[in-house]
Amino acid sequence: MDELTRLLAANGLLFAFVFVGLVMLVSYRLSAWLTRGRIHGSAIAILIGLVLAYLGGITTGGSKGLADIPLFTGLGLMGGAMLRDFAIVATAFGVDFAEIRRAGLSGALSLIFGVVVSFFVGAVVAFSFGYTDPVSMTTIGAGAATYIVGPVTGTALGASSDVIAISVAAGLVKAVLIMIATPLAARTIGLDSPRTAMVYGGLMGSTSGVAAGLAATDARLVPYGAMTATFYTGLGCLVGPSLMYLVIRAIAG
Amino acid sequence: MVIYGVAILAASMIFGVAAGDVLGRLIGVEANVGGVGFAMLVLIFVTDHLRRTGRLCPVSEGGIAFWSAMYIPIVVAMTAQQNVVAALSGGPVAIIAGVLTVAACMALVPVIARVGASDDTAPAGAEAARHG
Repeated sequence: MDELTRLLAANGLLFAFVFVGLVMLVSYRLSAWLTRGRIHGSAIAILIGLVLAYLGGITTGGSKGLADIPLFTGLGLMGGAMLRDFAIVATAFGVDFAEIRRAGLSGALSLIFGVVVSFFVGAVVAFSFGYTDPVSMTTIGAGAATYIVGPVTGTALGASSDVIAISVAAGLVKAVLIMIATPLAARTIGLDSPRTAMVYGGLMGSTSGVAAGLAATDARLVPYGAMTATFYTGLGCLVGPSLMYLVIRAIAG
Repeated sequence: MVIYGVAILAASMIFGVAAGDVLGRLIGVEANVGGVGFAMLVLIFVTDHLRRTGRLCPVSEGGIAFWSAMYIPIVVAMTAQQNVVAALSGGPVAIIAGVLTVAACMALVPVIARVGASDDTAPAGAEAARHG
């Protein structure tokens, strides 16, 4: 058993391919048998991934889910930022550029609304829980944008470490929720075309959440949503410690 | 050769990420601004040009198509290493802020999709879209 564990850990990336292959197989079988294909196989696979991440997290106490278990370090490589972005870029192959150009205006509009709405909703929730100073409100609002914008904004404004931790958690909740809720809400909000996918990416902003959520909904929409989402974090980091802080301070301060 | 496709893809990504870093530094943000988006645009332009001049053979395309098809399994591996425990243990502020934000932004999707759609028909809108 020890020998086997060592062998699998030494070939981490290959074991990750085998493991994810099995998760996909089980997920697509479950999709066909239990839901007759109504819930997409990749949606089930993503849900299983999140459950495994939770189990890994409570077992090891680490921050990287299942990848903190030595046997599964290969998952960290396979699902890490480099290969993830590499595969996201690859999905652009075969994209219709006319679609992107046509959705350019609504895509830009969705980015602005996405960032502003997230900041204000987060700030209002923070206020209602007693975080009434503008710095804490802006930082938690930034976390409601993404879990990267949160700490960047909080550090720039000098927020306390517990407020920064809350902002990261808010961003994580958002990302996980987008992964789960996208396929469920897709029909209601009309998420069925490249242009709506671009609007969706701009409004939601979490690249990982949007990419996984769209993959579980309709894989053809992934490149369009991912493209706008990728600009969101930059915009959030730009306006968070500056414009959004000034506005929130003017209103609440 | 398959490696040609993989090389084009990798070069596009490095170029895009570099552009995102430069843009981030220019506007004074400690983040990569749209690197993946730029990389996608580079890939679209380069492959389109190569295909039109007949220099991208199906085997080379396979090198890109493979990674495109690996996308969902890679995303599953990514979800398995999310910090789900931290997300759930952030307390009610974090959870309520996350849930309400997602709900509010989702509700805006049909609204903003419609705003852009009406502009599409007008030539002025198409012009704005090109620059936006």
